[in-house]
Amino acid sequence: MTTRIADRRPATLQILLSGFLILWLIVAAFPFLWTLWGSFKVEGDFFSKADWMNAITGPLTQAQTGSSMTGDGYYGAWVQEEFWRAALNSLIVVVAVVCISLTFGTLGGYALSRSPYRYAFWLLLVALVFRAMPPITLVSGYLLPFFEWNLWGHLPTAIIVLVAINQPFTLWMLTSFFRNIPKELDESAMVDGCSRFQAFRHVIIPVMWPGVITTGLFSFLLAYNDFAVTAMLLSKENQTMIPKIASFLGTTQTAGNVMFAVSSVVSVTAPLFVLVMFFQRQIVSGLTAGAVKG
Amino acid sequence: MTISMRSLALMTLLGATALTGGAGGAMAGCGIPAGRVSIIGNEFPAIQTVAREAMTCAGDGVTVKSNLTADHQKINVPGMQGNPAEYTTAIISTSSIMALMNEDVIRPLDDLVAAHGQDLAKNQLVTIDGKVMGVAFMANAQHLVYRQDVLEKIGVEPPRTYEEMLAAAEKIRAEGIMQYPLGGAYMAGWNLALEFVNMYFGMDGELFEPGTAEVSINNEKGIAALEMMKALTAYMNPDFLTHDSNATSAEWEAGNTALMNFWGSRTGVLTDDEGAPPEVYENTKVAGPLTVAGGSTPATTLWWDGWTVAKNISDEDAAATFVAMAKGSSPAILNDDTMIEAVWMIDGYMPAEVNQGVIKTMEAGTKPYPTLPYMGLLHTALGDNIADFLTGKEDAATTLSDIEAAYTAAAREKGFLQ
Amino acid sequence: MKHRTFLWFFLPSATAMFLFIALPIFSVVTQSVFAPHEQVIREVENCSVFGCTKATQIDQEATQALREAEPMGRYVGAAIYADRNHLALSEIGALWNRSSGPVDFLGQLLNLPFYGALAFTLTYTLLVTPLAIMLGFLIALAVNAVPRFFRGPMIFVSLLPMIVTPLVGALILFWMVDARGILGAVIQMMAGDPNLSVKASTPLMWTMLIVYGIWSTAPFAFVIYYAGLQTVPQDTLESAMIDGASRWERIRFVVIPHLLPLTTFMALIKIMDNFRVFEPIVSFSASAHAQSLSYFIYSDLGGETRLLSSAAATSVLTILGVVVLLSPVLVRTWRSFGKGAA
Repeated sequence: MTTRIADRRPATLQILLSGFLILWLIVAAFPFLWTLWGSFKVEGDFFSKADWMNAITGPLTQAQTGSSMTGDGYYGAWVQEEFWRAALNSLIVVVAVVCISLTFGTLGGYALSRSPYRYAFWLLLVALVFRAMPPITLVSGYLLPFFEWNLWGHLPTAIIVLVAINQPFTLWMLTSFFRNIPKELDESAMVDGCSRFQAFRHVIIPVMWPGVITTGLFSFLLAYNDFAVTAMLLSKENQTMIPKIASFLGTTQTAGNVMFAVSSVVSVTAPLFVLVMFFQRQIVSGLTAGAVKG
Repeated sequence: MTISMRSLALMTLLGATALTGGAGGAMAGCGIPAGRVSIIGNEFPAIQTVAREAMTCAGDGVTVKSNLTADHQKINVPGMQGNPAEYTTAIISTSSIMALMNEDVIRPLDDLVAAHGQDLAKNQLVTIDGKVMGVAFMANAQHLVYRQDVLEKIGVEPPRTYEEMLAAAEKIRAEGIMQYPLGGAYMAGWNLALEFVNMYFGMDGELFEPGTAEVSINNEKGIAALEMMKALTAYMNPDFLTHDSNATSAEWEAGNTALMNFWGSRTGVLTDDEGAPPEVYENTKVAGPLTVAGGSTPATTLWWDGWTVAKNISDEDAAATFVAMAKGSSPAILNDDTMIEAVWMIDGYMPAEVNQGVIKTMEAGTKPYPTLPYMGLLHTALGDNIADFLTGKEDAATTLSDIEAAYTAAAREKGFLQ
Repeated sequence: MKHRTFLWFFLPSATAMFLFIALPIFSVVTQSVFAPHEQVIREVENCSVFGCTKATQIDQEATQALREAEPMGRYVGAAIYADRNHLALSEIGALWNRSSGPVDFLGQLLNLPFYGALAFTLTYTLLVTPLAIMLGFLIALAVNAVPRFFRGPMIFVSLLPMIVTPLVGALILFWMVDARGILGAVIQMMAGDPNLSVKASTPLMWTMLIVYGIWSTAPFAFVIYYAGLQTVPQDTLESAMIDGASRWERIRFVVIPHLLPLTTFMALIKIMDNFRVFEPIVSFSASAHAQSLSYFIYSDLGGETRLLSSAAATSVLTILGVVVLLSPVLVRTWRSFGKGAA
């Protein structure tokens, strides 16, 4: 679409733009690449207080493992500490949170976008104020009732809390997205005798996917990276990946455990790469249709 | 009334036969008929060892679960307030037992000690107002850690006072050996507050008006403590306000520091051959605590870690919990690997050389960290405000009055002050 | 849409938010006007392996009677909001009378915890929000100009700062900016001062937190802008070119207006998130130099004695702060909603 314009870009601007982009890509990727490299070293090298060059050359790694690269961090995290269990829990939480938030969000967002009444605006506003509440206060408020009603520690509890906390954002995104789908589409279906829900199912659902997938990406990231909720509300056996990584760090860092955390972080990023590559087209087409008229 | 750890060790040898007899008869369920055990606690190796051993009591109608996490203090009170409580036991320390006492969620253990506590050593019992409220299993304290080779180079004996430490630091710097020879966990917040309490105790200060919740640190001793801390920071890495015990220990292993007041429980990793060049770990030595300003009370505090039993649980669960935790902190956990994890207050414990620091600190008449209902509020207020003095934003008296004001507002809210 | 149908569509979402956000907010507001009872304290003797000491303890039996009489705690109205650790109203009054001039007054005011935290929080919000949005916009323009084939990996790399968990991301960055870390060494070289340490100086710490904030939130703006760029109407752009509009004029008069609604949405979300800044302060151990309202809540809830009412009051103040900051945007949205509905 934009290539025609790009073709006629003057050389200086092109160089400037490429230079900026390269600079940004370095700035964005450098800490991660550094971590990726360092995850094959021992703690004394990667977090060297003596000289940062140690993280590159790895003298202590050499001394302790007999080679300048070691997979100990990965072995320790995945085999010894059974990180895969946490990965499994994360998978359950993420899939459930994304599905439930999108179901609730599309229904609610669709209703908000089609309501001509003022209360729709007020509901959106209230949802926004809800979002202003610091999550840390919310979570510590849940603790006592959850313990009393024996809800604490279970995956479904954490899932529904994450869904609720994520609803305001989901509603805002999806409402603005549905506003961009012409009203005439579902209204004409209703003239033909469909109920509101049938119109939603047969007319809106087929065209809503791009927007839903984009919103889903943000729900996904929220559930995937959440620490505040999962760390406080899940018991040890139901722990997800991020609290597990935090527990590698612990209060007093024991030798080697920090490298478990580092290698886990690298492992955790890999599926995201696949995901982004897979969905990048949808992300673009999705946001194209939605949110634009926020 | 300090009990020498050496005499404790001696006692151990004498009592060993009776104890092994008890521990040898271990079986599934540890002899508990039935019950539920659920542990909440901090996450570090010694506690993991205790929890692991307590887990062996599972089976035959006994369930044992543990949740060891850095967030334990946020979870333990709500987790014990329900009825029945989710957690039947919380592993806590000198200071954090107070949060449980304040909310009245733990039970006196006198009956349980009488019924099932025959294997516990008398000095493990923590009594508050004459009632046993907790059972301690390890002791800890901050004390001097030094680099022998560096001190030999400048020809100085290991310091016994903070003044000598400053002089040694100056000498190390003057001879160009290290630019920042002193280490210390001075991270703003909990760590920094504790350093003040240590120093203030060394000055013979009283934190509160006796018997009340009225704070009284804005005095000459408070100012002297702050000034001494500032004098020390001049020889510390300029980032000292971000150094917790992990960072302090990393600095040490990198060979950047030569003297520090540091946790006994963390000296084990400094002297092992991992993470540091040989000249560092071979020359890392420990000594007793330091005094300050000519005082006789060491400028440090004593700590214990131990376990408690929840109030809102059935007597059956309480008995099961008591037995399982007693097993978790019994001589059965001591082996070559666990021996260096802590200064265990368990019969059969053989202190290694690096653990002598804690033992010397106990013998030197050091005060324990105060177990007071409102101490946590003062600790938070200290941690939030001292940095302003150390960064030079304000003078010592202003800082101390800020601390008192912040504490007073918090203590009013909690109902300790009117 | 009929009210009834609306209700059914909105019900699941509303129930979730009501149960897990509205009820807690209600209880937080209640909590902020009730404080724990006066505690009856008596002297006791505590013993442990370290010997016996004189200490005090809460008399649970005596306090029990008070608790039963008023299970909610004692009603204190706005006293917690007004105390020194929050709005500090009486302290401000005293300062005003005592201070020698506006500069002195301001200095003293910033020494009060709430106002000191507010100063950092507002600086952070007002710098990070626009700068991150602008950076995101530039990246989107730049990525949009490269051939389609390279865009996938570039999008992924650009998203990295957002997707690497802040927990460890900040830990690694914290080590990198250490005086002996790789970034710290580069900064020292650039400043020509071998003793420079980012972590030891308040202005540098603020700068670092702000740079981290921009770095970690620019990807969010980037994704949304990049998508928005795909929908810029080509005919408008082309006719602008035929009319002889320069490249800059096309961006200024076609692209930017097209992306304006998106910007409003992003500003709304980002102002809110930045005002609640908290994780970087903990991860960078920056609390000696910078504190925020959310950090106070964390510190109230994480201390050995939890200050629930204080945390509740700070939370309510945070919500009010967000509402005040967002009000210009909200008024705009209200107007546009009015138009849309009409």
